[in-house]
Amino acid sequence: MLGCPQVPVQTSIALYLIHRLKQAGIKPVVAGNRSAVTLLVVADPKREYLGEALDLDRAIDQITEHKRDFDLCFVFIHNDSGVSYAATMGAISKAQIYAIIYGEHVDQIVTSIDFPCQTIAAKALHNPMPLKKMLDQVAPWAA
Amino acid sequence: MGCVEELPYEVLLRGSSFKECREYIKAHFGESVNVPAGFKIFDTHIIGVPPIAIGLDGDFVIFPYTKPCHGTFLLRVQDRAEADHLRSRK
Repeated sequence: MLGCPQVPVQTSIALYLIHRLKQAGIKPVVAGNRSAVTLLVVADPKREYLGEALDLDRAIDQITEHKRDFDLCFVFIHNDSGVSYAATMGAISKAQIYAIIYGEHVDQIVTSIDFPCQTIAAKALHNPMPLKKMLDQVAPWAA
Repeated sequence: MGCVEELPYEVLLRGSSFKECREYIKAHFGESVNVPAGFKIFDTHIIGVPPIAIGLDGDFVIFPYTKPCHGTFLLRVQDRAEADHLRSRK
């Protein structure tokens, strides 16, 4: 579940996560607003990584109306809206929630999360490596 | 969420945090109802951190509306049926 794409590391880490999940035999589905999804579509023109991608609001509608659900949910968070989406997923979905937190206000965002989820956090804006390192340490694809 | 955008809404807060919207409702409206995340209002599922407060002021419904890039807006919409529906949850 992608957030606003204004922080560059989101697209990079999303593609990396998709790759690792697929390697582990897990089928990823991406939800985001038009810009966030289009960044992935353009970066992966042959869809070698990206599989199904759908509009964020449509995904919320489908889960809330019990038309579909997931085992794992990775919510990309760099602002208050991201926290709201993660809390919503925690309330409406049976998925294990992973909050992937990045950007300038990481500490503030981490302390604002008071609902059950696994946090993966690093102060990363342009360089994805600190966040990749944290993701690799948790290795949710191996859980 | 196109339906909300087509409503004749008034923006009370814009680009705010979800918590600010909740506190504004509690401070400015004597009547409110808590709903779960994903609750449907005006054909839209509410995004937010529970408990989600929705304010009521006569026929007006005051509710948070979250967008990924612009934070949470607090909107006020006049709709008697929706206000009655929310009151029936009390």
